[in-house]
Amino acid sequence: MLFTPTVIKNLLKKPATRKYPYEVREPFANYRGELVIDIDKCIFCGMCSRKCPSQCITVDKAAGTWQCDPHACVYCGLCRDNCPTKCLSMKDVHRKPVTEKVIWIEHGNPPKPKKKAAAPKAEAKAEVKPDKKADK
Amino acid sequence: MATTVIPFGPQHPVLPEPVHLTLKVEDEIVKEAIPALGYVHRGLEKLADIRDFHQMINVCERVCGICSMIHGTCYSETVEELMGIEVTDRAKLLRVIWSELHRTHSHLLWLGLFADAFGFEALFMQFWKIRERIMDINESTTGSRVIVSVNVIGGVRTDLSPDQIRWILSEIEIVEKEVKALQETIMNDYTVKSRTVGVGVMTKAQAWELGAAGPTLRGSGVAQDMRQQGYGGYSFLDFEPVVETAGDCWARSTVRFREVLQSIDLVRQAVAKLPEGELAVKVKGNPPEGEAYRRVEQPRGECVYYIRGNGTKHLDRLRIRTPTFANIPPLLAMLPECELADVPVIVLSIDPCISCTER
Repeated sequence: MLFTPTVIKNLLKKPATRKYPYEVREPFANYRGELVIDIDKCIFCGMCSRKCPSQCITVDKAAGTWQCDPHACVYCGLCRDNCPTKCLSMKDVHRKPVTEKVIWIEHGNPPKPKKKAAAPKAEAKAEVKPDKKADK
Repeated sequence: MATTVIPFGPQHPVLPEPVHLTLKVEDEIVKEAIPALGYVHRGLEKLADIRDFHQMINVCERVCGICSMIHGTCYSETVEELMGIEVTDRAKLLRVIWSELHRTHSHLLWLGLFADAFGFEALFMQFWKIRERIMDINESTTGSRVIVSVNVIGGVRTDLSPDQIRWILSEIEIVEKEVKALQETIMNDYTVKSRTVGVGVMTKAQAWELGAAGPTLRGSGVAQDMRQQGYGGYSFLDFEPVVETAGDCWARSTVRFREVLQSIDLVRQAVAKLPEGELAVKVKGNPPEGEAYRRVEQPRGECVYYIRGNGTKHLDRLRIRTPTFANIPPLLAMLPECELADVPVIVLSIDPCISCTER
């Protein structure tokens, strides 16, 4: 009986739920949704793959490929936060469901010939001290 | 009297997660309950071998599907203790704010499930409707409803803007008002009381001896709350543990109900005392050789993290003792001599989180 006032109030109010999928709520701006990469800005440093807790990103600098398994991604946003060129970002909506598992591969431009002299050095540096970089 | 064996679970309408109880029943009275666990073991502790200590935060958050923030905080604080990192006060209090929001939504979820267990579906929907406001706060401030991922070793990675803080305060005020409107129903309603009062009684001595934790322990009259140790930002806040003495299902639900209001108060206190400062301190090096140990209060009770470092970026050992694990022996002591129809209510009254237990 003590619950009756709440029941009567609820009967007179609008429903608390939405008629999804016909009515979709405006997403929150900070929502960690689908991962997007601007491959032209990517320098293939591999920071995202080293930070990723689910290890779903593979970066191949020689071949110029950036590869991600979207089904293993946990949408923590660490790759986006640690990307030095800010080429990774996240949409405010989640990925659409799919019927088949896919591996997402992006092909980018390998480092320019001019920078080639400097680029392998940077790569070697990263390989020598992966611990120090990962600790930051 | 002949003994009948009735299997309860692993799939049962009141259980969101799989646990199996073999109930030995005489007539309608339960004489013995034998648990079987292991349906959702994921081996998260072993992952410490292949994920570095930063990545393990995200693994630890996934130990529990409800209180991810508190697991992440506990792990970060344990590593910080081992590495001797002093976190800024702002980061400590931000952790408290999200932790208490998690406690609020976890208890509201449980109160709803509990109402559902004794067949009060309207109350169940009402609690879950209130809970959505907390989920919206989580989603808009951190980017995810449950797995908030705001902890990093050395602090937090997300800040709260003054606008967000104002919005949080206005939302929790509505939550408090709506929750208080249900106080009479959950505590004094005739139908609720007829299913909870005197059901699954556990005395203070029994609870202490069997090592109960959290609201199960406080419902039996033991004033033990790990937040009273003053870990993290709790040293800045002023609160008393919520205690009930009846030791039955009613007492345990009342403890959780009052803790919702307490958590809302703690969020307000933390917001009022939130200082300016850095979010995270820079962390250099790996966890040194040695061990660290931390006890925190989760919505379900005391949670213990033990880590041992070996100087590399991988931890030597990570051990997690979750509150539901501690609450299973008390549950087995509550079940004998109860009616078969009360088993779902008693099982839910310890707030079982089986994924936590099996990690």
